[in-house]
Amino acid sequence: MAKVHVNTTVNGDAVEFLCNPGETLLDILRNDLQLTGTKEGCGSGDCGACSITVDDRLVCSCLVLAVEAEGKKIGTIEGVADKDQLNVIQQKFLEHAALQCGICTPGLIVSVQALLKENPNPTEEQARYYLAGNLCRCTGYDKIIRAVMDAAETMRGAA
Amino acid sequence: MPIVDYKAPVSVDEAITMLADCNTDVKVLAGGTDLIIQARPASSNPLTVIDVKYIDSMMTASVDSDGLTLGPAMSCAEFTARDDIKAIYPGLVEAAYLIGSTQVQGRASVGGNLSNASPAADTIPPLIANGARCVVAGPDGERDVAVEDFVVGVGNNCMLAGELLKKIHLPLPQARTSDAYLRFIPRTEMDIAVAGAGVSITLNSDGLCTAARVAIGAVAVTALLVPAAAEALIGTKLEDSALQAAASAASAASKPISDRRGTADYRRHVVGVLVKRAASIAAQRAQEK
Repeated sequence: MAKVHVNTTVNGDAVEFLCNPGETLLDILRNDLQLTGTKEGCGSGDCGACSITVDDRLVCSCLVLAVEAEGKKIGTIEGVADKDQLNVIQQKFLEHAALQCGICTPGLIVSVQALLKENPNPTEEQARYYLAGNLCRCTGYDKIIRAVMDAAETMRGAA
Repeated sequence: MPIVDYKAPVSVDEAITMLADCNTDVKVLAGGTDLIIQARPASSNPLTVIDVKYIDSMMTASVDSDGLTLGPAMSCAEFTARDDIKAIYPGLVEAAYLIGSTQVQGRASVGGNLSNASPAADTIPPLIANGARCVVAGPDGERDVAVEDFVVGVGNNCMLAGELLKKIHLPLPQARTSDAYLRFIPRTEMDIAVAGAGVSITLNSDGLCTAARVAIGAVAVTALLVPAAAEALIGTKLEDSALQAAASAASAASKPISDRRGTADYRRHVVGVLVKRAASIAAQRAQEK
């Protein structure tokens, strides 16, 4: 099986890799590009732990073939912070203790960033619906939602 | 992994040539939210995927005096953001919004939902209610298939080897016409329909129902068009007795199974209730047009 050569952009950096036609983008990110912030949960698009953006659209990277990244703009959790400076969303997750084991956290933060880009002033209900595809088995979601609402308010204030 | 080759044609003709020239099993890749999971078992046959997302006409939608022409591979996220489509077919847009999570909607498409042919697919009842038709292209040319005839069984559609779902077309509704789709799930989000109903209603200026189409999902092997339920509504002002007659007709037409999502009796009842409520919502919307 011939490997496919893919040129893409990850968090603003030009990246190239070789992949098998059936490999997922999640596997390439983690195993070849060493971007292990993106987690594998269910592998079937139900849990959201592998959430990334492709051309600014939120998707599950376990349901994207790596070859489909050709020419696209990929965004992962590694691109959220500004070097050592945490993004507001990350900071609010810390302040509100919106995580315990941490497996869902990268996917959630990428999803929250997509949510607030689309809708800077979501109601709690809108936020809960938008994030329904990000499962968390630790927190019971309440602290996550408080962090999201606080982050939204802070980001609106800063804008 | 059983996906052994990936091709990305830029035109429908090129895709059809690639489908014909393939020496392994071959599948069309749109959003991949069903296909990539189905292709995963190591025991499955080597598979070539033809990614149709580089074909402009597969990824765009336009509304004109003929109705809606929908590229089957357009993502649900893009589809549901289209206010021009939502203004005319709100029920279909709501159904697309119910498929999976935000992440899944970023990739999943209406054409994929239709082609995957799940009995519980959310977009199929409102497509049928709106009289949608499929243009299927193949090596011998094109054919036109009504959505209610496109799906032929659980996970099976009418397309032959080498054929491609090229577009989906919905006629422009008459004046004072609107639609609605409702499904029942035991949760509030991220679940598969226990039963679903898509209804299109046309009213005259006196509020009399002059045309209707009723389709039900998840209560038979395929989504069903139920003419008897529509007939129960036509000629009425959708009084309780007419809605109840439509509900009874839908329940009678359903052939549900019992599984962990619900018993057959329960589904038979719920699908009637959904028809009643969807008809009321569609009529309310038609009134406001």
